[in-house]
Amino acid sequence: MTLPAPSRLTARERARRAARGGASRSVPAPLLVPALIAVAFLVLPLVGLIIRAPWGHIGAALSGSDATQALILSLWTASLTTAISLVIGVPLAWVLARTRFPGQRLLRALVTLPLVLPPVVGGVALLLAFGRTGFIGRYLDSWFGITIPFTPIAVVMAETFVAMPFLIITVEGALRSADQGFEEAAATLGAKRMTVFLRVTMPMIAPSLGAGAVLCWARALGEFGATITFAGSFPGQTETMPIAVYYALENDPNAAIALSLVLLVVSVVVLVSLRDHWLRGGSVT
Amino acid sequence: MTHGGSDGLVVDAEVRRGSFTLAVSLAAAAGQVLGLLGPNGAGKSTLLSAVAGLTPVSAGRIMLAGQVMDDADAGTFVEASGRPVGFVFQNYRLFPHLSVADNVAFSPRARGLGRRAARSAASHWLDRLGLAGLADRKPGQLSGGQAQRVALARALAGQPALLLLDEPLSALDAGTRLDVQAELKRHLADFTGPCLIVTHDPLEALVLADSLVVLENGRIVQEGSPAQVARQPRTDYVAKLVGLNLYAGHADGSEVKLTGGGAFVVPDHGQHGDVLVAVRPSAVVVSSQQPQLSSARNTWPAKITGLTLLADRVRLDLDGQPPALVDVTPAAVAELSLDPGRQVWLSVKATDLEVYAPGER
Repeated sequence: MTLPAPSRLTARERARRAARGGASRSVPAPLLVPALIAVAFLVLPLVGLIIRAPWGHIGAALSGSDATQALILSLWTASLTTAISLVIGVPLAWVLARTRFPGQRLLRALVTLPLVLPPVVGGVALLLAFGRTGFIGRYLDSWFGITIPFTPIAVVMAETFVAMPFLIITVEGALRSADQGFEEAAATLGAKRMTVFLRVTMPMIAPSLGAGAVLCWARALGEFGATITFAGSFPGQTETMPIAVYYALENDPNAAIALSLVLLVVSVVVLVSLRDHWLRGGSVT
Repeated sequence: MTHGGSDGLVVDAEVRRGSFTLAVSLAAAAGQVLGLLGPNGAGKSTLLSAVAGLTPVSAGRIMLAGQVMDDADAGTFVEASGRPVGFVFQNYRLFPHLSVADNVAFSPRARGLGRRAARSAASHWLDRLGLAGLADRKPGQLSGGQAQRVALARALAGQPALLLLDEPLSALDAGTRLDVQAELKRHLADFTGPCLIVTHDPLEALVLADSLVVLENGRIVQEGSPAQVARQPRTDYVAKLVGLNLYAGHADGSEVKLTGGGAFVVPDHGQHGDVLVAVRPSAVVVSSQQPQLSSARNTWPAKITGLTLLADRVRLDLDGQPPALVDVTPAAVAELSLDPGRQVWLSVKATDLEVYAPGER
């Protein structure tokens, strides 16, 4: 039997392996090549965005009143969506994680459906429910004179429909994996269930709560399909950033690129803050 | 069964969890420290959990201070948050997001005190347990012994009528365990209500508890004072725990025929019927040849199957009629060249045999 010929191992690699342990960490070519293609595919479009950006006139491109209005509308609707999702979504996550009742699996499936549903379908569904002739909207209109579609309220509803499930599943997962021993301890210390929820459960899943809220906010900020279907695209009223980008691309490409850059920056900030949350989440327990 | 009295704990209940059933009847009086001893899975923690209200009983009832906590037949149940019980959990379960002071103030606050009153109640307990300097730390910054004291302070701050401790020392390393144990004993002495302390360390149970209850497979197999349990174990588990050889047999005056084979000559106390015989490993003498003239009434051949070095002696594992654990000095091992497989003679004086009735438990 012949032994394989020895390969070269640099001093640096020796030190690294000694410190970290383990054998060779070189990547086999059949894995490396597809991995590089994937990286190129994900990164190149962003590079394109940065190269083509009208760096000299970004201020001018963004100062158009439409763009500013769209940005402001997007920010407050996404924030309101997140607030609403926290108020009604976190209790739902708790109910899904901590109680048992018939039909619970079906309910969980329904709640998470918007995650996989094409957003435009969500928009159509919202329209059929809350539109002027919708089975709820009809009564809102005739009894209270309230019309929801094509208003900022419709934007928030469309965003909530699409984004809240992200918060719910994040928080539900955290609640499921949280050590319930702490809740038991709180109970033996005299805390009733609501006190346990507020003073023990919530603080302990705070990192996931934060991550879920950021995910929800980011998803709401980028919402397009459900919003344009249910709320339309009236500048200053319902035209959010993604919709503004879409229309600007036709008649003012520079503005579209500038708006996209703004969204890109926001996304990067979100990503960094999420990373921070996850890191802290790891060190708490 | 002794009665817990109006301010004690009385448990007469069954708890079913899947195929496991815990069925116990016990009482602890105010000021009494009851040690619950038993192997893993015996139901010790389940019992604490039922007393604390974290697990409802399937049958029977639990009374504390003259009040029903749980009664399966009547359908009465006091939620855990409503029971005057302080629970020190095995891994303490200190809230990681709260400071030591807030952990200790948690119970007064949850039981209705205002923020300031709860804080001052907490600082009282922090002072009492020597934790004042740690008030602002987070649980993650505490040593094991400190965390144990914080857990105790947190449980006591709710002014419970009953204290439950689940293996309070098991999370500590051997070095600090003895110190913390001595300290815990002092604090338990100050507590006026009954106290249940779960352990599987016999020494801990002997030091901390006034009386012991031994659980095996969800049943109480023995109860009594630590001294009594240590001298007259009723099961192999307890015998092993307290380090005694235990034999079941049938007595007929001065002779006991052992169930597993072999016989002992014992002091004649006129005992007849089923008995247990306990022998200290250090009371058995090992000889390389059959002793000729000896005052020991019991002599039998045995084969060495194992040697274990304990702190200052060597424990021999011997196979014979009956088998035995015997303690000898390392010098004796060397002089008699005691190796596994070696045939030796064992002898024990009749007066070194503890003979007693197996009892109901």
